[in-house]
Amino acid sequence: MQMPAPDSTVLTRKARIVERLLSVLPADAVIHDPAETRAYECDALTAYRCPPLAAVLPATTEEVAAVLRICHEEGVPVVPRGAGTSLAGGALPTADSVILGVARMNAVLETDYDNRVIRVQTGRTNLSVTGAVEENDFFYAPDPSSQLACAIAGNIAMNSGGAHCLKYGVTTNNLLGVTMVQMDGTVVEIGGAHLDSGGLDLLGLICGSEGQLGVVTEATLRILRKPEGARPVLMGFDSNEVAGACVSDIIKAGLLPVAIEFMDRPCIRATEDFAKAGYPDCEALLIVEVEGSEAEIDEQLGLILQIARRHDPVELREAKDADEAARIWLGRKSAFGAMGNINDYMCLDGTIPVSELPYVLRRIGELSGEYGLEVANVFHAGDGNMHPLILFDANAPGQLEKCEALGAEILKLCVEVGGCLTGEHGVGIEKRDLMVDQYAPDDLEAQMAVKDVFDDKWLLNPAKVFPLAASEARRMSALAAE
Amino acid sequence: MAIETMNKPGLAPETEAQLAEAVRDAKGPLCLQGGGTRGVTCDGDVLDTRGLSGITLYEPGALTLAAQAGTPLDEIEAALRAEGQRLPFEPMDPRGLLGTSGAPTIGGVVAGNVSGPRRLQAGACRDYMLGVRFVDGMGTVIKNGGRVMKNVTGYDLVKLMTGSWGSLGALSEVSLKVLPRPEAAACLLVDGLDVAQAVQLMAEAMGSPYEITGAAHDPESAAGQPVTMLRIEGFAQSVAYRASALQAMFGLHEVRVESDPEAVADTWRRVRDVDKLHGRDGDVWRISCKPSDAPELALRLQAEAQLFDWAGGLIWALLPAGTDARERLGAYDGYATQVRGTGDLPMFQPQPAAIAALSRGLKQRFDPRGILNPGILV
Ligand SMILES: Cc1cc2nc3c(=O)[nH]c(=O)nc-3n(C[C@H](O)[C@H](O)[C@H](O)COP(=O)(O)OP(=O)(O)OC[C@H]3O[C@@H](n4cnc5c(N)ncnc54)[C@H](O)[C@@H]3O)c2cc1C
Ligand SMILES: Cc1cc2nc3c(=O)[nH]c(=O)nc-3n(C[C@H](O)[C@H](O)[C@H](O)COP(=O)(O)OP(=O)(O)OC[C@H]3O[C@@H](n4cnc5c(N)ncnc54)[C@H](O)[C@@H]3O)c2cc1C
Repeated sequence: MQMPAPDSTVLTRKARIVERLLSVLPADAVIHDPAETRAYECDALTAYRCPPLAAVLPATTEEVAAVLRICHEEGVPVVPRGAGTSLAGGALPTADSVILGVARMNAVLETDYDNRVIRVQTGRTNLSVTGAVEENDFFYAPDPSSQLACAIAGNIAMNSGGAHCLKYGVTTNNLLGVTMVQMDGTVVEIGGAHLDSGGLDLLGLICGSEGQLGVVTEATLRILRKPEGARPVLMGFDSNEVAGACVSDIIKAGLLPVAIEFMDRPCIRATEDFAKAGYPDCEALLIVEVEGSEAEIDEQLGLILQIARRHDPVELREAKDADEAARIWLGRKSAFGAMGNINDYMCLDGTIPVSELPYVLRRIGELSGEYGLEVANVFHAGDGNMHPLILFDANAPGQLEKCEALGAEILKLCVEVGGCLTGEHGVGIEKRDLMVDQYAPDDLEAQMAVKDVFDDKWLLNPAKVFPLAASEARRMSALAAE
Repeated sequence: MAIETMNKPGLAPETEAQLAEAVRDAKGPLCLQGGGTRGVTCDGDVLDTRGLSGITLYEPGALTLAAQAGTPLDEIEAALRAEGQRLPFEPMDPRGLLGTSGAPTIGGVVAGNVSGPRRLQAGACRDYMLGVRFVDGMGTVIKNGGRVMKNVTGYDLVKLMTGSWGSLGALSEVSLKVLPRPEAAACLLVDGLDVAQAVQLMAEAMGSPYEITGAAHDPESAAGQPVTMLRIEGFAQSVAYRASALQAMFGLHEVRVESDPEAVADTWRRVRDVDKLHGRDGDVWRISCKPSDAPELALRLQAEAQLFDWAGGLIWALLPAGTDARERLGAYDGYATQVRGTGDLPMFQPQPAAIAALSRGLKQRFDPRGILNPGILV
């Protein structure tokens, strides 16, 4: 993955730029010593690193605006950053960029149970939003696996999902309003505690725009009352096809579980070695979770088990208590850790139409053989969001490149069958150059036109999302205009 | 009024390529039209999208449906019904309220981001949109999103197009997520509450774990007294359980439970289509607000008749012709649309300067000649 060469005129002006930043921020909020900027050299896509020119940690929307005005005037690229857990390189800096981190902005501004909304500064972590309302039995629904660490800022920028989004939707479905600072320092309020804002849906456009349209500093989020209870079942099947058919039948029967998770044999084995959750040794495993009162759960699980039995499961395990429920989830929740334990791995994130599941898994198996790299599959089956994990050895020369090539093949396969490159992790730099496989030049042009409107100089996170060749003219003309 | 425009001969493409050609060749403004049920006209040649019709993909097991933009809503709902599914966002039938005829199209529903009572719990039309194909103001065909439920590949132009009232492009095809139609539904009815009490009761219900899918208050029902309505849907046993749990929760009030499917459906159809304002003189306004502000806003509005949906977050108000509801409302957190009215008040609420500038910027990019539905939204 290539990044554009840094703008040397920015590098030579570092001292002046830092001085200007120090004029609007406290000294400890401007990090410019090369020994310290290193802390911001990458996100969770650690294969790519580059320390930024400087990093700033503003504490208020006004400070964010002041920083952006200066960077706008100086022509310095800005990379917004939440908690740095992006798997797509979304928060990767370039040497000429300023990292704008919102980590210090983590306050809860207002909690309103009557209207079921919470307003927070976006540096707040995902899990601590739920933490703030839990004592009243409320929660914030989107729950990415990284929820302990990731910030609402990054969730909004990536439109993150989670295990429970089959029922509750992803970030964009739970976001009601934002305060956002545009690159020129203009502060805009979009949406609020009311449901429909009228006008163009700028909120929907900003959510998922990967830090390229503005810096989001505050957010109004929908909170929900917790269900009375939840319970999972585990089902093992002899083949991926059968497991896939079972998922489809559950959905067709009118059931709407909160989660349907799928693991294939390589994944089951690896997690079993690691977490010892007592999973059966089979081709495909489903974890289906439903919510409600005890009686409601019994009713739904009764129907789900009936459907499962029609597909000759090799195992059906219903959780009888909280302990058993935890054991059912244990393996799934430690899947990534298990992989990390064996090897380096790359986590893909394409989505496919659910009906294509058996074909896609078979093709992934073939590709894995051709490349000689093992692939384990764990994913959200209800919505077709796959997470193939490619195992490789980062220290072996050439393996990263080989792994990336296999990853690209798998993502192209997702697009080919009617799906997409990324279901929840975002494009970042990782899938940037594959965008041409999903979108025609006119489609990309329309998206880039949106960025022109919000950030005419292309200074906000400029080298992401769009293939460098496609965005080059815009990035260059902005440079030339300086 | 609208009917005359509809009858004017206009452009009637039958394929996306013809739609693109019609836009590309246009010499002046175009007025995009689906079923023409919205009852408001704009200047320009009518561009009728009804020739682009038909469901192009429906996979019940994947909860996805795609259709050409001019497909009648009826046809889509019938196909879904046959598989025990539905459009979760409950689009209204605006004909009674607006006094129009014609058959609403899916493109018109998407262009208006039309959502009904269930929007409160299930989300709006925009929350179910998976993909669009459209023709921009220069006649270029653009696609965004797709047919899968989770997709964050590039910017979400799907949401931008939804609710853009044809100001950025003419939709040619849309794809949506659909949901199962529940086995049973029930409606809880509480009589005699004033607006403040009703909003409080609805807030408590929404804050319960019983998954309310409709919460509305009619200050003056057909029976002459106020009635507050709560809807629950799901499997029969679960609906019965939740109905009794809610009854116990509101023990202080007399709570009636209606569980006859037709009666429940009819109650919510009347809320959805705002039946109580049909055929009445005056202007109809639709105010989206913070539910807890509704009682105060109702006082400020002094409407001749009103209906509160979305637990108070949506106020339908009938005002004397020519009244500016926005002036009466003053400052609040929300948005007012003049849904039916005479006079020259803007239908959509004017936006703050910075937002208006962004909207105009987008219009300029997607429709540089300014020919698509000029003057409606941006
Ligand atoms: C172990 C692990 C598990 C994960 N599981 C999931 C999962 O289940 N589901 C899922 O969706 N994702 C998952 N992720 C990916 C990641 O956690 C999400 O993308 C998350 O939302 C990123 O949040 P962050 O605060 O860390 O953002 P960062 O990594 O800091 O930034 C992400 C993007 O957001 C932009 N950004 C940051 N702050 C702002 C701001 N204030 N304004 C505008 N743009 C901003 C950045 O420029 C960047 O493009 C996982 C990651 C890891 C490491
Ligand atoms: C002021 C007003 C407010 C309304 N508010 C609500 C509401 O809050 N809730 C509700 O449920 N219903 C509302 N409606 C009704 C709603 O507009 C209709 O239900 C829906 O538009 C019916 O579709 P149609 O095919 O008849 O659309 P039409 O009446 O033909 O068109 C509706 C709008 O969509 C545009 N349009 C139509 N087809 C396309 C296309 N293919 N591509 C791009 N643009 C297209 C039209 O130009 C027009 O702006 C409102 C109507 C009006 C006039």
